[in-house]
Parts: sequence; structure tokens; C-alpha cells
Amino acid sequence: MGAIYILWLRELKRYVRSRVQIVVSLGQPCLYLFALGYGFSPIFKMAGQGSYIQFVAPGIIGMTVLFSSIFSGMAMLWDRQFGFLKETLVAPVSRIQIMIGRTLGGATSASIQGVLVLVLCLIAGFRPHSWLAIPEALVFIVLIATVFSALGTALGSVLKDMQGFQVVMNFLVMPIFFLSGALYPLAHLGKVMTFITRVDPLSYGVDGLRGTLIQHWQFSAAINAGALAGVAVLFLLLGARLFSKIEV
Amino acid sequence: MIRVQNLIKTFGDFTAVKDISFNVAQGEIFAFLGPNGAGKTTTIKMLTTLLRPTSGVIELDGLDPNKNSKEARQRFGIVFQDPSLDGEQTAWENMELHGVLYHVPRKIRHERTERLLKLFELWDRKDSMVKTFSGGMKRRLEIARGFLHTPRILFLDEPTLGLDPQSRNQLWTHVKHLNETEKTTVFLTTHYMDEADRVAHRIAIMDHGAIVAQGTSTELKQQTSTDSLEAAFLALTGSSLRDESASSKDALRNFAQMWKR
Repeated sequence: MGAIYILWLRELKRYVRSRVQIVVSLGQPCLYLFALGYGFSPIFKMAGQGSYIQFVAPGIIGMTVLFSSIFSGMAMLWDRQFGFLKETLVAPVSRIQIMIGRTLGGATSASIQGVLVLVLCLIAGFRPHSWLAIPEALVFIVLIATVFSALGTALGSVLKDMQGFQVVMNFLVMPIFFLSGALYPLAHLGKVMTFITRVDPLSYGVDGLRGTLIQHWQFSAAINAGALAGVAVLFLLLGARLFSKIEV
Repeated sequence: MIRVQNLIKTFGDFTAVKDISFNVAQGEIFAFLGPNGAGKTTTIKMLTTLLRPTSGVIELDGLDPNKNSKEARQRFGIVFQDPSLDGEQTAWENMELHGVLYHVPRKIRHERTERLLKLFELWDRKDSMVKTFSGGMKRRLEIARGFLHTPRILFLDEPTLGLDPQSRNQLWTHVKHLNETEKTTVFLTTHYMDEADRVAHRIAIMDHGAIVAQGTSTELKQQTSTDSLEAAFLALTGSSLRDESASSKDALRNFAQMWKR
């Protein structure tokens, strides 16, 4: 337990101390919110779908949580490069504990980042249907953060250098974001797109956020939470397996 | 304290460690010398559970590190060839994290951290981020950290690499001091013959994966009829250079590995 706690705490400290990075990584969601939010607003309204800012804000929150949780898991690359990973791997604690501590730490900091963006959205004019929806949305933020921190840890266990990071970014993280329904409704899509968006775990996260915050559901709360929990378990197992195989 | 018998490690068709055997007694300082690529680090990695031996017996304090890895890890400390500190945390936090990972109770952890940081002259910098430390300070902190959980054996893999003579001198004084006061067995590798001569009780010289000689410094000099350890070392291992081509091959190997999984 002590090991999980201290590694969780370490991840959290790293996050809190990188203040510059926190501010910088709020820039991207802001850009999406303003450029896309206000840019698509008129045409979205013309199509009879209401306010696009309202629609896209939950998607932007989901995107933030996705990016920061995957990155925190992949930050293991640095720990490998700077040698700190070795210090934990020769310690008399099981690899599972190390992996869980790191993953929970990443998930926690990604959740905080998600909440910060939610606050930004509120400032930008986003309004949830009821203030009581916010605690429910938090559940989905935490679920998304757990799923993708676990995936990040799994990837971080396999990747050995920065080139790999680029590959993951372009061929995994960006598609997960763009095919999740964060930016457009998932209704009335073609067969192929429908299939792909249903396979993307972030779709359920974004739908959960959008459902709880503005009551725009594609699936139901139970399906969303169930799918995310299932994928979280799957990724945690995968992460644990890959992490236990690391050799230094 | 350390018993190694017929230890072999092969990577594919390359044999890095060829059938080595040695014993290190409790409280002894044992130095492992050898040119680059002799297999010193591979041996340390096997002793510290980071690599599985292909065959052979290892006993640390009576334990097989591959079967009882957790118990064995609790009993040794290691300072790696390259740094393994968390630069984004303070010196105190690095010690704290290590203490928690090694199950040192809070009170003892704090007492020992204070004592060790004072001994290694880092106490007044305990709240500074490690990334702001000089090379010598980082090394000292790593060694202090290695002693935190009162290990029975401390492994030091080229601990003085890249340090100035002052830091090296001071570092060995502290290590000797702790070896005497806490009866810690020390297993070290180095390229500086004078260090081995000064600190080590016994020395083993390794070359091409095999131990070519072992004994006290005096015994090694007698054996080779030379008058310095350096001359003895060169007499035993020859004066040709090693390992020049390994780096580019290693880089390619790493690259291939990245895509394998």
C-alpha cells in the first residue's frame, strides 16, 4: 500500500509542480473551444441542433482528459531515460504495485486537468442543464482518465524513445479523439463510421459527459459507464502485463 | 555474504559472462575490475535481480535472488552506473520515496535520512530539487539513498565515474566509514585502480566475461611481478582497446527492439 501511495503522490507532485505546463496545456482546449465552438456555431444552429458551444464543451473536456492521461503514462519514457524507473524496479515491491501507483497518479492529475477545463468552459459560457450534473460528470472524467492512464502506462512500458511517441500520437491518440464524437453528433453516421465510433472507448466517455451535462445521450449512462469500466480493466491488465516485462 | 558459482550469461550466441565463481565475506569490500565490455555490469545486474542468469548459482546472504527476489532486494542497495534519482523531487523526497519502497518505518526513515544526508554533506540542500545538484552531489545522494534501508550488501557500479578527485576521495571515505560502522558488505566496480587499491580488501579482475585473477592487491602484484595495481591489471588484461564497435551495433539493436513488441 505504501508503495502505491508514494508513487501516486510522486505523479501528483510532478503535475502540481509543472505549473507552466498546466497553463500551456490549457491553451489547446481553449483554442478548440473558441475556434471550433464559435466557428461552427452558426451552421450548427442552422441545422437545427442548438448551440455548438454547449455541444462541443463536453467533447473538449474529454479530449483534455484523454491527452493528459495518455501523456502522463507515457512520461515513463523520461523515467526510463533519466534512470528513475530502475530505482523502482529493484525495490522490494511487486511490479503491479508500482504500475498501479503510477497509473492512479496519472489518472488523478488528468482528472484535475479535466476539471480545470470544465471551469474554463463555464467561464466561456457553457451551462450544464443543472448544477447537480457536475458530480455525475466527474464520475465520467475519472473513468476516462483511468482508461487512458492505463493505456498510457501500457504504451510507456513498450516504447523506448521519442520516435515511438510520435507514432502513438499520430496513429492512436489523434484518431481516438477525432473518432469519438467529441466534435460531432454520432447519430446518422454511415455504417463504417458508426462501427469505428462504437469501437472507440472515448465515444462512451464523451457521451457520458455530454449526457450528464446537457442531457444529450447517444447511449445510456449505464452503457457508457459499463463500457468504460470494462475497457479500464482490460487496459489495466494489459498495462500490468507489459510493465512486468520491462527489462533494464 | 555473496556466493557465486559457475555463473553464465549468454545473449543469443554471445556469451557475456563465462562461468565465473567467487565469494565475498561479510563486511568485506570487494572490487571488480575489468576493461569496458568485460561483463562487470552484466554480473551486477544478475546479482541484483535485473537479469536472469543462463545458468549457475547466486546466493546473497543465503538467498537466491531469482527465487526470493523481494527478500533479496530488501537486503541489498545498489548505486547504478548511470543516475537513477528523480530530478523533479527534492533530496529529502527522494530519500523518503526510497524509504517507503523499502518498507523502512517512518521514524527510522526520518532519523536515518537526517544522519545520512548530514554525513554526505547534503543536509542544507535537502529541500532543493535534485535537478539543480552537481554531478558529485547527485552521486553522494544516490549512495546515501543506497544506505537508507541498512542493506547488508551495497553494490556500487562505477560510482565515481565523472567525479573530480575531491568528490571521489570524500565519497570513498564515507563508504569506508559506513562499511566499518554498519558492517555493510560492499561490492564495487571501478576503472580507477588507485581507488580499488585504497578501499578494496580483495579484488577480482575480469576480462572477456571471465575472471582472470583474484586476491588482495598485494597478491595480484606478486602474481604478475609488477609494482602497481595498474601494471598488474594491464599485465593480466593486455593493452589492446575494447568494445569500439559495440555502440553503433547497440543503437541498431535498440532500434530493432522498439518495433519488435
